Amino acid sequence: MSNESRASASQFIVIGERTNITGSPKFARSIKSGDWDACLAIARQQVESGANVIDINVDEALIDGEATMVKFLNLIAAEPEISRVPVMIDSSKWTVIEAGLKCVQGKCIVNSISLKDGEAEFLRRARLILRYGAAAVVMAFDEAGQAATRDEKVRICTRAYNLLTREAGFPPEDIIFDPNILTVATGIEEHNNYAVDFFEATRVIKETLPGAKVSGGVSNVSFSFRGNNPVREAIHTVFLFHAIRSGLDMAIVNAGMLGVYEEIPKDLLERVEDVILNRRPDATERLVALADSLKASQGGASKTEVKEDLSWRDAPVEQRLAHALVKGIDAFVEQDTEEARQNEAKYPRPLNIIEGPLMDGMRIVGDLFGAGKMFLPQVVKSARVMKKSVAYLTPFMEEEKRRFVAAGGVARTQGRIVLATVKGDVHDIGKNIVGVVLACNNYEVIDLGVMVPCDKILAAAAEKRADVIGLSGLITPSLDEMVHVSKEMRRTGSTVPLLIGGATTSAAHTAVKIAPEYAHGVIHVLDASRVVNVVSSLLSPENKPAFISEVESRQQKQREEFAARRARKPLLSLATARARRQAFDWAGVDIPRPTFLGARTFRDVPLAEIVPFIDWGPFFSAWELHGRFPDILKDEVVGAEATKLYADAQALLDRIVRERRFTANAVIGFWPCNAVGDDIEVYADEERSSVVTRFHMLRQQLEKPEGQFNHSLADYVAPRESGRIDYLGGFAVTAGHGVDTFAEAFRKATDDYSAIMSQALGDRLAEAMAEMFHKRAREACGYGLTENLSHQDLIRERYRGIRPAPGYPACPDHTEKPILFELLGAEEATGIRLTESCAMSPASSVSGWYCNHPDAKYFGVGKVGRDQVDDYARRKGWTVAEAEKWLGPYLDYDPG
Amino acid sequence: MPMPSSEAPSSSAALEQLFASRIAVLDGAMGTMIQGYGLEEADFRGTRFGDHPKDLKGNNDLLSITRPDVIEEIHSKYFQAGADIVETNTFNSTAISQTDYGTESLVPELNAAAVAAARRAAEKAERAEPGRRRFVAGAIGPLNRTLSMSPDVNRPDYRAVTWDQVVNAYLEQARALAKAGVDALLVETIFDTLNAKAALFATELLFDELGRRLPVMISVTITDASGRTLSGQTIGAFYASVAHARPFSVGINCALGGRQMRPYVEELSAIAGCHTTCYPNAGLPNAFGGYDESPEDMAAILGEFASNGWVNMVGGCCGSTPAHIAAIARAVGAYPPRRRPVPAPAMRLSGLEPLVIA
Repeated sequence: MSNESRASASQFIVIGERTNITGSPKFARSIKSGDWDACLAIARQQVESGANVIDINVDEALIDGEATMVKFLNLIAAEPEISRVPVMIDSSKWTVIEAGLKCVQGKCIVNSISLKDGEAEFLRRARLILRYGAAAVVMAFDEAGQAATRDEKVRICTRAYNLLTREAGFPPEDIIFDPNILTVATGIEEHNNYAVDFFEATRVIKETLPGAKVSGGVSNVSFSFRGNNPVREAIHTVFLFHAIRSGLDMAIVNAGMLGVYEEIPKDLLERVEDVILNRRPDATERLVALADSLKASQGGASKTEVKEDLSWRDAPVEQRLAHALVKGIDAFVEQDTEEARQNEAKYPRPLNIIEGPLMDGMRIVGDLFGAGKMFLPQVVKSARVMKKSVAYLTPFMEEEKRRFVAAGGVARTQGRIVLATVKGDVHDIGKNIVGVVLACNNYEVIDLGVMVPCDKILAAAAEKRADVIGLSGLITPSLDEMVHVSKEMRRTGSTVPLLIGGATTSAAHTAVKIAPEYAHGVIHVLDASRVVNVVSSLLSPENKPAFISEVESRQQKQREEFAARRARKPLLSLATARARRQAFDWAGVDIPRPTFLGARTFRDVPLAEIVPFIDWGPFFSAWELHGRFPDILKDEVVGAEATKLYADAQALLDRIVRERRFTANAVIGFWPCNAVGDDIEVYADEERSSVVTRFHMLRQQLEKPEGQFNHSLADYVAPRESGRIDYLGGFAVTAGHGVDTFAEAFRKATDDYSAIMSQALGDRLAEAMAEMFHKRAREACGYGLTENLSHQDLIRERYRGIRPAPGYPACPDHTEKPILFELLGAEEATGIRLTESCAMSPASSVSGWYCNHPDAKYFGVGKVGRDQVDDYARRKGWTVAEAEKWLGPYLDYDPG
Repeated sequence: MPMPSSEAPSSSAALEQLFASRIAVLDGAMGTMIQGYGLEEADFRGTRFGDHPKDLKGNNDLLSITRPDVIEEIHSKYFQAGADIVETNTFNSTAISQTDYGTESLVPELNAAAVAAARRAAEKAERAEPGRRRFVAGAIGPLNRTLSMSPDVNRPDYRAVTWDQVVNAYLEQARALAKAGVDALLVETIFDTLNAKAALFATELLFDELGRRLPVMISVTITDASGRTLSGQTIGAFYASVAHARPFSVGINCALGGRQMRPYVEELSAIAGCHTTCYPNAGLPNAFGGYDESPEDMAAILGEFASNGWVNMVGGCCGSTPAHIAAIARAVGAYPPRRRPVPAPAMRLSGLEPLVIA
């Protein structure tokens, strides 16, 4: 993926240990015998199996450390697949480290320095590292030795941190502490708490030393079980599970050998956790006993009995494949695919199997889906089966193609679609669903991911000779980016049709703003169920002209309607709209004073606390099942599928909660404020001694019937001239850290169903957090303490106050978000980043304001006139052009 | 009225003021301008190097000693065209690069003479337009030897030069530039980040010696449409590799015309916490190795960058002339300088690609 900066936020960083002479006997042998190709192969394997960084250590008594480090780093520099990732230069000898630093063009990590040789030497080395442009691992070691207990680790790390940041000018974010992972279960009692000490020290370091990261070498912890790899692996997995929860950012591990916590057998898991968490005095003996018996009885794993109707297995292979596709059963598909492949008389080429029984099965799926008898979740499951079978056949087809091309043949291509979420936007659930649906209709889908710049999309489309380009986006600035892409397509002479999809897109916007920019077909695709029809029409030379002309005439009509609508309803002048604001008698308004002022951060909010606040309605919409929850579960048409989907969601949600797969962070705050015109001024204190920041609100300009108002959010805040102080709340919450990694793991295993499910659940959790913290915020304001609402009432928002969000209808300008974020310190508090279009990353995040006014209601600003845009630009310190850019979809006029 | 010198702000402060107030304009190409004078071997030698054992034609940096009038005149033309900053004629004035001509012992003198010529032109321009400061940036080029690539395909671990040699060569040059009074150092046309890191290591050593810092400007060369440097880094990876030097600015120059640079300028502008700069070639070289982009073409492209808020300084590289710079200065004058983003605190590592750990 080209957008590397996505390797961000909460992602756990895996540092490959196999290029460490002490971590890999094979590497040690290869280094010593000078077999450099073998050394490079090990490095390459680490990167391929997912190491984000590779640790390089050549410390060995019998070899020249400096020369070997230099030679290996120089060799790596010539291997782009390896040198793509940063290196960690690892040595206990400073001279080896310095020799290495002189060879690396990237920004690397030094492992390590410590206070072992005293402060002066420590600072000298730190200053040099800074000058060479590297980050540094700092061991919890001082003049007196290695820190073993929590308090010693914290004390030494704190001392090192202060020296580094205050004396050496070292950036705190470039410090990585290694608080020593020491061996447990050694039989010595003092060692029993070593893992717990590490977890606790990590937690304190992350909390008290801002910016600093924590790392460690994991294999040391299980050293007393050397020779028993299954137990060691279980120990590593359990250790990492708990360490990451304590805040561990990265670890040196064998990237190819990471276990899965939930797959550790229950009895083993319990005993390993007893040891790691030091839960009972006899933990070591009990694990040793089990380890011995495990070793003795390798292969005697218990099997879980599942009662299933397997009668369909008796049918011929074609029917079995179709059954598996329709039912979404992937357990036998490889076996069945192989059986079909063996029948060379019937299927001389692997492709015949895809075109024959697999496509037959998918055609049934497609027909059922088209007829509304199968639903998206099922289709996605079918696609999973299809992908698995195709993946099985791929090597055979490649082999065949190789032979074919070698014999002088020309490889043939089929329909290719390039998909991307546009630059500045991180939302991709819808796009992923479209990709899956296309893929199971046998189109080749090239998914470029999220935040894809225009030139990358066009380059990929040109390079892969795409037949169609599909753009997706959720936030309003993405609409502009789509216009930009269409212009660029025209400028660069592209001729392929362009599909537009995503939540804020609309047929009207596509017709009015995008289609006029590009002459070769711009089609708005409402949802995934339409995409196959659209693409197949576009790719059929017979149907395409008629289809395009039909789309164009529809768009022409939409443009006319749009122009007519605008001509029909002139907006009020801004002055008139302001005069028609909702005015309050401020002397009588209840303005609650919150119990705290300023921002409060909540990190690692337990997911179990959030779950009860989930509103399941939108979850079903994400899967294109429409209806009200919980009635939808009993719906005549979609009920059965909705029920199954809901059960799958519950199971995955349970797992996410239990394994703490997502990290939930929140920050909420309150500040003294007043409205000044349509702005809201936020003050440093209740004396209003200084203005900390200013929010800019927009006002409805549409003419309304008598007795209705032209709303602006500013109206819900006491104006300065009222003489009263008011309080504005703000919040940013995320449940998104971990979502991408979790979803990606499923996707890698060709399980798009669970991947999309993970993302959908991330979104639900984030929205639930917004609800949960809004409740806390209302409680902090007093009136929330007595509201006593049912779950349904909560979800229908039957309470006082609102939480409007920048970028949404009541305040459609996304650029208020950075202002809110700065006030809240939200990036640091929650780890949510804003993209250049002000989208929140990770996507499963929500932010907004709290308005306490008893009459506050949600509303949509709607179209704004030129006078308001001029006024708004002035208030924001923008040029009018900037204002028109950000307010694009809301302009009532065509900016010249 | 020129301000009395005791009240004039220091050159660093004045440079900051310039960048805060508008988009700064750098000069254009030196090499193509020198070509226009049709100088011969005798001009390069002058009387002083009449007996030098090696050919000297092509050692453009030597002209700062043998034909300072030509160099000063070129600088003056750029100032007249509207440049705020000119680069000294010192692209190759390091011991390593001068070795090809056997003139490595001249390094201190080459740099001093080049700064003097640029400074005379700057003072003349300041007299002509009182109240407007003109700046001299000491150009530090990429060297003809590289630290992260082997010249021998059969020995990928071989290097033709060592880190310490590169640091020493750059330190000697930077020291001479600073002593002669440049307002900033410009490490430019970087195609191997490791060479650049050695140059930045050297400037830090120099600042220790001097007891003060000079603004350090950095400019990298994206070689082709792969979006990477010759040594393989993406623009994001490159920025992560040099950010530790607390640069005054980071930008892109050479190899490409502005049109081809566009996506990288945009990307850099979004991530760099310092000023950003861009001085492209006048298009891609034509079949004869010349450059065809007209002043208007080039100004339109850079003007668009300026209107997008992507740049704090623009200028020209190969093939650009005073006419190009004049057009560029006019085109960007209407736009405010780029506002620097405040990047979120994060560990920003890189190999050939960046890795951001928040």
